[in-house]
Amino acid sequence: MAEPRMIYLDNNATTPTDPRVVEAMLPYFYQMPGNAASRNHPFGWTAENGVDNARTQIADLISVDPKEIIFTSGATESDNLALKGVFEMYARKGNHIITAKTEHKAVLDSCDKIEKMGGKVTYLDVDDKGLINLEELEKAITDKTIMVSIMWANNETGTIQPMKEIGRICEKHGVLFMSDATQAVGKIPVNPKEVGVHLMAFTSHKMYGPKGVGALFVNRKNPRVKVTAQMDGGGHERGMRSGTLNVPGIVGFGKAAALAKEEMDFDAKRLSALRDKLENALSSKLEEVYLNGSKEHRMPHVTNLSFKHVEGEGLMMTFNQNLAVSSGSACTSASLEPSYVLVALGLGDDLAHSSIRFSLGRFTTEEDIDLTIDALEKGVNHMRDLSPIWEMYKEGVDIDAIEWASH
Amino acid sequence: MAYSEKLLDHFKHPKNVGTMDKNAKNVGTGLVGAPECGDVMRLQIEVDPETKKIVDAKFKTFGCGSAIASSSLATEWLKGKSIDEALAIDNMAIVEELALPPVKIHCSVLAEDAIKGAIKDYQVKNDLEVTAKVGHH
Repeated sequence: MAEPRMIYLDNNATTPTDPRVVEAMLPYFYQMPGNAASRNHPFGWTAENGVDNARTQIADLISVDPKEIIFTSGATESDNLALKGVFEMYARKGNHIITAKTEHKAVLDSCDKIEKMGGKVTYLDVDDKGLINLEELEKAITDKTIMVSIMWANNETGTIQPMKEIGRICEKHGVLFMSDATQAVGKIPVNPKEVGVHLMAFTSHKMYGPKGVGALFVNRKNPRVKVTAQMDGGGHERGMRSGTLNVPGIVGFGKAAALAKEEMDFDAKRLSALRDKLENALSSKLEEVYLNGSKEHRMPHVTNLSFKHVEGEGLMMTFNQNLAVSSGSACTSASLEPSYVLVALGLGDDLAHSSIRFSLGRFTTEEDIDLTIDALEKGVNHMRDLSPIWEMYKEGVDIDAIEWASH
Repeated sequence: MAYSEKLLDHFKHPKNVGTMDKNAKNVGTGLVGAPECGDVMRLQIEVDPETKKIVDAKFKTFGCGSAIASSSLATEWLKGKSIDEALAIDNMAIVEELALPPVKIHCSVLAEDAIKGAIKDYQVKNDLEVTAKVGHH
């Protein structure tokens, strides 16, 4: 028997590195081993050229000046640098930051640290589609507010926030606007200046580049934004992030950005058609399927569905390890709590436990989607045959009225 | 996380899936867990009125693979046992048999509770002394 086909629909966790990216990186490991900070020999100059070229490719993708790109180890570091760096730098202006409950842990945990350092943080609620309320945002701004940090697109649901409107509110009140755009850059058009974003975190490995390299966009003019370095050393990256640059990684990141600029529209159209096919097939073949997040404002390649009365991790086990997706079920994490993002959308814990995120990517084929539809149909039916609450539901028992003994 | 062959087998080919008449006098039903916790187990036993032995056991479980495998295994172990023998089934025996990883130990606890819940229900229904203690963990 042939090896079973492996299907990868977890591109929001990480994307495969595009072979063209790998090819661009290879010379920088051995033939061109220089340190971009070595100013006195050709090895250093070649490395610096590679980095400069990549910086321009990345800046082009998001329509900013190359000088506004600070290289980091990834989006988590960029989020940390933006939040803590602004908090320290603007301490005299204020100590209040506004963010949302559905942000990535890199933002939420940085905010937690900021609170421990004496800062104040407001965590905005989201509606059932995952969108923040603009009036609530504006009301939360005080004379102590230095920054609003709202992600461009959510990693679990793909919901896209109203960036332009948020940018306008920030401008009106003279506060900085930071965005974690990890899931958006390279997938949809992202132009921070157009929407008034002053700091923006993103990373290479979510856009078909290598892992271990990311960037922070820091606006240089009107306003000139500065962050206090969180990593001290040789003063690289205009003093904002010390540490020898990951030259092969950065070159790959640049190539990935150039490819994204060329192919983003094509990828987005193709993937949204496949995503819709998946979503429509599952919703018609199976009962009680719920879409989590906004159908209107979302990324083209993501769908997050809950299959009522089916536990997510158990469902994933029916795939025989041939299909990679992710679940908001507690059982997939060590914490035993279901996804806080889905809970913030107002989903009951039971539906959060029943959620599966499908994130398609550049290398997803139609055959992958057809096989996924089959696997889900079989898996959900298997799990429902085993599920006592599905049986009760079918018998018309009101499950919410049962007094469950929590453990 | 890699699962044991035994666990995977119980998950893919669960034993004794089904529903008994919960109103029958010789059937005991244990329903434990909660949907918002991500697992609900319903385990049922049928006791022979003559021999007082468990002649059949059925389950349905909403939960992860470990929860399903734990309840499937529990029903297998229950068949042919006396009530006292069934009450002696310890969750750690399930952990060992299925090689459950530490984060899944609660699934075996739930299975033990479901066994005790079923026995208690049977004892209450039949005016017997209730020797099953549910939820002592």
